[in-house]
Amino acid sequence: MRHLMNPMDFSVEELNRLFDLAQDIEAHPDVYAHKCDGKKLATCFYEPSTRTRLSFETAMLNLGGNVIGFSDAASSSASKGESVSDTIRVISCFADICAMRHPKEGAPMVAASRSSIPVINAGDGGHQHPTQTLTDLLTIRALKGRLDHFTIGICGDLKFGRTVHSLVNALARYADIHFIFISPEELRIPGYLRDKLNENGLSFKEEVRLEDVLPQLDLLYMTRVQRERFFNEEDYVRLKDFYILNKEKMELAKEDMLVLHPLPRVNEISVEVDDDPRAVYFKQVQYGVYVRMALILTLLELA
Amino acid sequence: MLNVGKIEEGFVLDHIPAGKSMSIYYHLGLDKLDCTVAIIKNARSRVMGRKDIIKVECDINSLNLDVLAVIDHTITVNVIKNAEIVEKRELVLPKELTDIMKCRNPRCITSIEQELPHIFYLADPIKELYRCKYCDEKNSERDFN
Repeated sequence: MRHLMNPMDFSVEELNRLFDLAQDIEAHPDVYAHKCDGKKLATCFYEPSTRTRLSFETAMLNLGGNVIGFSDAASSSASKGESVSDTIRVISCFADICAMRHPKEGAPMVAASRSSIPVINAGDGGHQHPTQTLTDLLTIRALKGRLDHFTIGICGDLKFGRTVHSLVNALARYADIHFIFISPEELRIPGYLRDKLNENGLSFKEEVRLEDVLPQLDLLYMTRVQRERFFNEEDYVRLKDFYILNKEKMELAKEDMLVLHPLPRVNEISVEVDDDPRAVYFKQVQYGVYVRMALILTLLELA
Repeated sequence: MLNVGKIEEGFVLDHIPAGKSMSIYYHLGLDKLDCTVAIIKNARSRVMGRKDIIKVECDINSLNLDVLAVIDHTITVNVIKNAEIVEKRELVLPKELTDIMKCRNPRCITSIEQELPHIFYLADPIKELYRCKYCDEKNSERDFN
């Protein structure tokens, strides 16, 4: 039995198989509509995350399965002091697979170690959010046809953004990826990530102005500056609107550049960009469902 | 000068940084053994100024010395048989440590679920860096139990 805790849990070959499956689901949804008949997904969400939870639930419903679960800690036994280990043992009796989100880092790993059903980490604090990374990779692969030979600009909060760190680690396994990190000084990539890129001889540079590098990019990954990551409201207010991608800036970009964003977006992408065919962040949400469907089938060994 | 006699079989842990012997005593579980243990604190040392020494009279296969490498890899481990040094054992950093260090990350699941073992994995042997298995936070000197 396998779990998914970290996007790096799967080898490149395993990811290829997963993405092949996800793209086949996209092309032939009817073939998969009853693959999970009689199966149940438990969504154990100890903190609210409507988007991720609904994506998981949609994925299971699309496969013909059913969904049970809770959407915040207050409505679970955690409010009575039950441990994650006990909760997952109970959930294992009800469901066939579990997607868990928890504000504490490592909670899904604790669950996986005690579980008799596959556990998917649906986000553990600021630590990992593997299905977001799988979503990002699938979107790039489906729309560009490959996951190698790119110059990718990653823009915004590169210090606290867990999706950024996971995406960088995951893309670093593919050939000829050149990273351009675009952020204000205060939100640059953490030292350990810079060391790792240097140690592995990966090509990257750090910039402050988005306009300076836009013409070079094949992919632009925008991120939101998250209020909850700041201890100081003043710093948040000062940095939250540092980058705004608008129509004017998009004119500097290549005609086939893709704009991705893990969503929700606040001000960092102007709504006028939404109609640009290069803006694929809403398609990304759809690919999130396909990749979660493929993941559920893979972990349930129904693929 | 205080003299502690030779041991027949066991270990002499030498060149322990002064003050660390009691921490080693507990981490090796010597408090749970019924063998003879001598702890010498603040012995004079030409190289170190002051050092601690621990002598343990026991079966040489009865102790797991992995934790010593984490505390200080410069500690000398002399293996004694028939009152003679038969081996100077090299300390190797263990790949995983359970309940030796404590994760201090307030966002880690171990901060709220007290019964969980604190497990660290060796992330970088050159930098002697361990990370928490649950949250990947790196250890620091004060993480030691």
